[in-house]
Amino acid sequence: MTAETAAKDKPTELVDRATIRFAGDSGDGIQLSGNQFTLTTASVGNDLATLPDFPAEIRAPAGTLPGVSSFQISFSGSEVLTPGDEPDVLVAMNPAALKANLGELPHGRIIVVNEDAFEPGNLKKAGFHENPLENDDLKAYRVVKVPMTTVTAEALVDTKLSKKDVERCKNFFALGVVYWMYSRPLEPTLEWIGEKFAKKPEYVEANSLALKAGYNYALTTEIFSAHFTVRKAKLKPGVYRNVTGTEATVLGLLAAAEVAKTPLFYGSYPITPASDILHELAKYKHYNVKTFQAEDEISAVGSAIGASYGGHIGVTGTSGPGLSLKAEFIGLAVMVELPLVIVDVQRAGPSTGMPTKTEQGDLLQAFFGRHGESPVAVLAAASSADCFRMAYEAVRLATKYMTPVILLSDGYLTNGAEPWRIPNESELPPIQISHLADPDTYKPYERDCLTFARRWVVPGTPGMEHRVGGLETEDITGNVSYDPINHDLMVRMRQAKIMRIAADIPPVKVRGEEQGDLLVLGWGSTYGAITTAVDQLRAAGHKVSSAHLRYLNPFPRNLGEVLAGFKTILVPEINLGQLRLLLRGKFDGNFIGYNRVEGRPFKVHEIEDKIKELLR
Amino acid sequence: MADLNQALQAPPEPTKKDFMSDQEVRWCPGCGDYSILAQMQKIMPELGIPREKIVFFSGIGCSSRFPYYMNTYGFHTIHGRAPAVATGLRCARPDLSVWVVTGDGDGLSIGGNHLMHALRRNMDITILLFNNRIYGLTKGQASPTSELGKITKSSPYGTIEHPIDPVSFALSSEATFVARTLANEPKHLAEILKRAAAHRGSSFVEILQNCNIFNDGAFVHFAGKDVRADRMLYLEHGKPMVFGANNDKGLTLDCPTLKKIEVKTNADRERLLVHDETLDDPGLAYSLSRLTYPDYPVSVGVFRYVIKPTYSGMLSEQINDAIARKGRGTLHDLLNSGKHWTIKADGSQARG
Ligand code: SF4
Repeated sequence: MTAETAAKDKPTELVDRATIRFAGDSGDGIQLSGNQFTLTTASVGNDLATLPDFPAEIRAPAGTLPGVSSFQISFSGSEVLTPGDEPDVLVAMNPAALKANLGELPHGRIIVVNEDAFEPGNLKKAGFHENPLENDDLKAYRVVKVPMTTVTAEALVDTKLSKKDVERCKNFFALGVVYWMYSRPLEPTLEWIGEKFAKKPEYVEANSLALKAGYNYALTTEIFSAHFTVRKAKLKPGVYRNVTGTEATVLGLLAAAEVAKTPLFYGSYPITPASDILHELAKYKHYNVKTFQAEDEISAVGSAIGASYGGHIGVTGTSGPGLSLKAEFIGLAVMVELPLVIVDVQRAGPSTGMPTKTEQGDLLQAFFGRHGESPVAVLAAASSADCFRMAYEAVRLATKYMTPVILLSDGYLTNGAEPWRIPNESELPPIQISHLADPDTYKPYERDCLTFARRWVVPGTPGMEHRVGGLETEDITGNVSYDPINHDLMVRMRQAKIMRIAADIPPVKVRGEEQGDLLVLGWGSTYGAITTAVDQLRAAGHKVSSAHLRYLNPFPRNLGEVLAGFKTILVPEINLGQLRLLLRGKFDGNFIGYNRVEGRPFKVHEIEDKIKELLR
Repeated sequence: MADLNQALQAPPEPTKKDFMSDQEVRWCPGCGDYSILAQMQKIMPELGIPREKIVFFSGIGCSSRFPYYMNTYGFHTIHGRAPAVATGLRCARPDLSVWVVTGDGDGLSIGGNHLMHALRRNMDITILLFNNRIYGLTKGQASPTSELGKITKSSPYGTIEHPIDPVSFALSSEATFVARTLANEPKHLAEILKRAAAHRGSSFVEILQNCNIFNDGAFVHFAGKDVRADRMLYLEHGKPMVFGANNDKGLTLDCPTLKKIEVKTNADRERLLVHDETLDDPGLAYSLSRLTYPDYPVSVGVFRYVIKPTYSGMLSEQINDAIARKGRGTLHDLLNSGKHWTIKADGSQARG
């Protein structure tokens, strides 16, 4: 069965963009449905962006509000940079899912509910006094009631699965319904089911039946009068795959190690939302990757420094609380001038904060969260797929400049997914690593005159035995030194080395006119929302430009010039104005913040509203 | 010509001098650390490991200056964390000989967690803990091994905390080689260092070291030259546990504890425990590690020596297995992994 055959039976309506939110109990397989919808949507050629959202509790009590998990996807024939402000369709698998998400659903939109789940027990757990499907509460919406549990059970009556297992298949039923609604093919998911349950044919049969049953139900019943199609996106020619930010980060690190012909070591301690990087990298042992689950955050970074000392690419990954714990060790890496990559997948803080929610609160910590003058390079990925490029860059710069590099990602980027155009091998910038072996001329703190980096000499090299450490070292010789003039020199040298990186990174690009009244300047994961808002307003005739920072320390060399071209610079951030503070310290300009710290990405309309307010 | 002749000759055997760095040693005169450094430099040429393959790590404290004085590779890290850095190097470079020098404050206080985990993972690292039962570098505060009631700068009314025994700690942390020795007994020290170096796995050596500035005489009541024969038990594998200037005292097992006995008759001799460092069960070793003077002799020597797979060994094995099974991954494989699709120049799309 394909979308084309079905299309004959009911009229289709062409839409430019669609946003769907799947919501249900965290045990309902919501993330799985979302991921399947994503893969299928990517395979039919739409551009897309996703936003998974799950509770911090592993299994909050079933049917309750804290147990609701959701997955939003936005897809279109045009460029998609955000997972969409509000859904067009909400799929609610139970009353709690409806209640938790209704507030964000504009009137007139579609709600598909599993009618069977609206029984007294679940209604009570979700805090409904009456069944909203039976009163007027939802009359502002287009509600489609589907008895998913019952119909799934009927479809699976001939299988040998237990009642509980049959019940579990209803997420595939729901997915089938939505596939019909948006004219998606079933084949990619059928294939996936076949591979996933290869060893359990009864599950292959049951889940496939459920998926088809959902599709047929939508096709044949009277509940939908029409369904939608979305045009293919005009993506740049090339080979694509879908990646989450986590996968892109891992691929970026691995690619850098392969290009550098240097093994990768990843030391990490479990922490949400960074643990998946460890899980993912641990699968790549055949790339000679060494992953180490350390006893704590401190050991995780320490082991990465030890590996770097031995000539590996030492990487550690964490989230905010872990970055706090790693501070002293990062300072050591600054002092001994060894390469080190620290991936910080930011989450809502301070303290434990909201571990599964996103935030941009660690920028100043990345810059300054260590004692003494302790400069490191700071990079930030702009989208899930961009994590590839920036992870690669982090390794390139760390090894070239013999310095720690902090790569900022966040919960939204790491869990979100989008199509990624796979680069050709020749598109990857070179990473050349050589470990000097010339005992006659070696001085541990002699520097390259261009990069100011010292040489990377690894233990095992005969005749070059030397000592490094956290004590201040004498310029050139690397001997311990308490000389005041030398300390001042070394402090400035370490700073100058980081500033040298500015010559090695791309200038910041302006989207729109390069001069004008208003520039919207962002960094990190706000790229999608800012760019979409600015593009839409420009299309509507407003005069506004945007620019985005992937390199924070040092800033791109032309940033001052760019800023000087605008009367006002709006800086939206999911913090209280950390980039704004840095800009004010360095540049003249009228910097205005737009700051919300709600544990979620910006919505496009929020930024649009702010821009309009400033343009008025 | 002379140069050529010289070059053709086999390199001269390394000597103690080859392991001495050009840095001036800055411990207080009379500090026990000097003796440890001297013995280390003396045994190094005997290990048969090229100098460039040896790496010393340290944390912070008097002991932690050690790497600066060894003409090997050396890394003075941060307080308590040397085992973490050593772990990373060990994983990256199975070809090196990796040493950690720590102290009672560095290793058991701020760095207790790292020490425990490096030991239980059976990291192939040799960890030397210089125990002087005081903080020296910060000028005389109580340490985790200071005895209860000790008066120090930070405890003018006496400490109110119970000390921990480093060897007991190492045994309960699953170290596979555990020993205790003394800085002022060079021969014993050298022997133990050599055995620790030879062990494949986590080696832990407590070295009782006098800090003559802040805790002078910490061990003299049992380790003083004139009393040590009667107050210390030298553990030797396969030998009965006897001590005393005339071998007239010994240890037997009087369940559930160890018991000190006079050894006069053959019957006494038969009751003596025989030391077995290779026992997998560390229970007896643990009991021996906790004996304190004056009720018991203080035991030194090798408490435990068992062979188990090392972390780095198993790590290499897993990597080699994965490569054998899947083939060594390449950049091309990496970029083409996952389900992908192609968008052609005309905008049409193909799967795969
Ligand atoms: S303070 Fe004590 S331990 Fe430190 S160097 Fe002086 S004598 Fe040795």
